[in-house]
Amino acid sequence: MSESIEADETVDARGSACPGPLMDLIGKIKDVEEGTVVALLTGDEGSKNDVPEWVEEANHELLDIDDNGEYYTIYVKKT
Amino acid sequence: MTARIVIVGGGSGGTITANRLAEELEPQIEAGEVEITIVSDNPNHIYKPLYLYVPFGEATLEDASRPLVDLVDHRVNLVFEHVTDIDTDSKSIATAAGSELEYDYLVMATGAIPQPEETPGLGDDEPGHHFYGPEAAEDLRTALANFDEGHLVLSVIGTPHVCPAAPVEFPMIVDQWFRERGVREDIDITYTYPIQRLHGVRPTAEWMVPRFEERDIDSKTFFNVDSVEDGTIETLEGKELDFDLMVGVPEFTASSLVQDAGLGEEWMEVDRHTLESDHAEDVYGIGDVTNLPTSKAGSVAHYASGTLVSRIASEVRGQVPTATFDGKTICFIEAGTEEGTFIEFAYDREPVVRDENRFLHWSKLGYNEAYWLTARGVM
Ligand SMILES: Cc1cc2nc3c(=O)[nH]c(=O)nc-3n(C[C@H](O)[C@H](O)[C@H](O)COP(=O)(O)OP(=O)(O)OC[C@H]3O[C@@H](n4cnc5c(N)ncnc54)[C@H](O)[C@@H]3O)c2cc1C
Repeated sequence: MSESIEADETVDARGSACPGPLMDLIGKIKDVEEGTVVALLTGDEGSKNDVPEWVEEANHELLDIDDNGEYYTIYVKKT
Repeated sequence: MTARIVIVGGGSGGTITANRLAEELEPQIEAGEVEITIVSDNPNHIYKPLYLYVPFGEATLEDASRPLVDLVDHRVNLVFEHVTDIDTDSKSIATAAGSELEYDYLVMATGAIPQPEETPGLGDDEPGHHFYGPEAAEDLRTALANFDEGHLVLSVIGTPHVCPAAPVEFPMIVDQWFRERGVREDIDITYTYPIQRLHGVRPTAEWMVPRFEERDIDSKTFFNVDSVEDGTIETLEGKELDFDLMVGVPEFTASSLVQDAGLGEEWMEVDRHTLESDHAEDVYGIGDVTNLPTSKAGSVAHYASGTLVSRIASEVRGQVPTATFDGKTICFIEAGTEEGTFIEFAYDREPVVRDENRFLHWSKLGYNEAYWLTARGVM
């Protein structure tokens, strides 16, 4: 667990299939202020690659990816 | 005691389910032990896939619509009212016209509602067109008929959207349609998609790449529309794209009934195998309104109805329901105006897209006619 990272917002996209988790994250990032840390919960294996690629493309910051067994938590900071 | 089965929504999921239940439970209905009711706010059943053909003058709105009374088994009661409230504790629903109906089993089949007003570039006074509603599809027909030069952009703006195939088909049909009209050389076509490949379903994306190249359809990925002004789209990723005609795939939401009745935060939350509500007893969901981890497509409603009918019929007969839904999804994909293909997958089965051919194009057109038999529960 990334105990040092505190998310301001959480998007629970477990159970949603590709491209659902990434699109849910994009929807949230659109709505929040700069500097906000969003935690995306996703069970989709593809998210591990898709999300970092988009974060780089859109110039946000990828803080960490936690593997919780059943799902991943991906921390992204809006810049 | 009569078991009252109430279905909210007379679209694909609701109609197929009602017709198959009437067939399955015929003896119980005849004996007065079961009553089936559809409550729908549209007296007509709409076959929405035909909206894709309306902009090209290949189908009319009349082709896509039939009175529910002509499609639904005579043993099913029809109530044409808008449902405003669902109370899952007292097991009753209320309508705008003031009716109250009690149920023993409730099936939610209210579909997904396009939100062009909420979608950048679409909606009244906005430049973008779409084909997810009757007037919009007709307006696009006029716009296309008057378009013989410039840049056409097909942009997938919102997800999840209904029908994973339609955004793939539109650019390919429009390409060939312009060629047939002899104006293709004066028109550029660009397709945009929010993630890093051309489609959410990977094999579909891979199938699209060479086809779009062959047809000179340009594409932009990681393209999340943020704002649209004066013929320019700006994206969340900081890109800009000019257009003369924009066609967008809007965002969709579930009916507000879902959230108000505590049936889900956004989409109706159901067990992906049993279709039972995660939040209320004896409540089921079918079709686009659900959060099933597959596409919002008519075929999903069609296949899921088999499971739903079997489970409800078992409950009514006092048996343990055993049927489960495996997520089966099939979508035809038009690859222009003369060839087509299809994609098939399930929760645990990877999608496969086959090469397109004329036969599958004609199969899709044939199915569009035969659909009314699906709605009737015949096939
Ligand atoms: C342009 C387009 C192309 C498509 N192409 C394809 C395709 O090629 N293949 C495919 O498989 N699928 C396709 N689809 C998707 C397909 O149409 C839907 O998946 C299917 O209609 C879902 O059925 P449903 O019963 O969930 O919802 P719908 O068919 O939308 O029915 C919902 C019903 O609920 C009623 N309703 C809603 N709210 C209330 C309320 N509060 N009270 C009472 N009644 C209410 C509505 O009036 C309607 O009758 C396409 C859709 C569109 C728009």
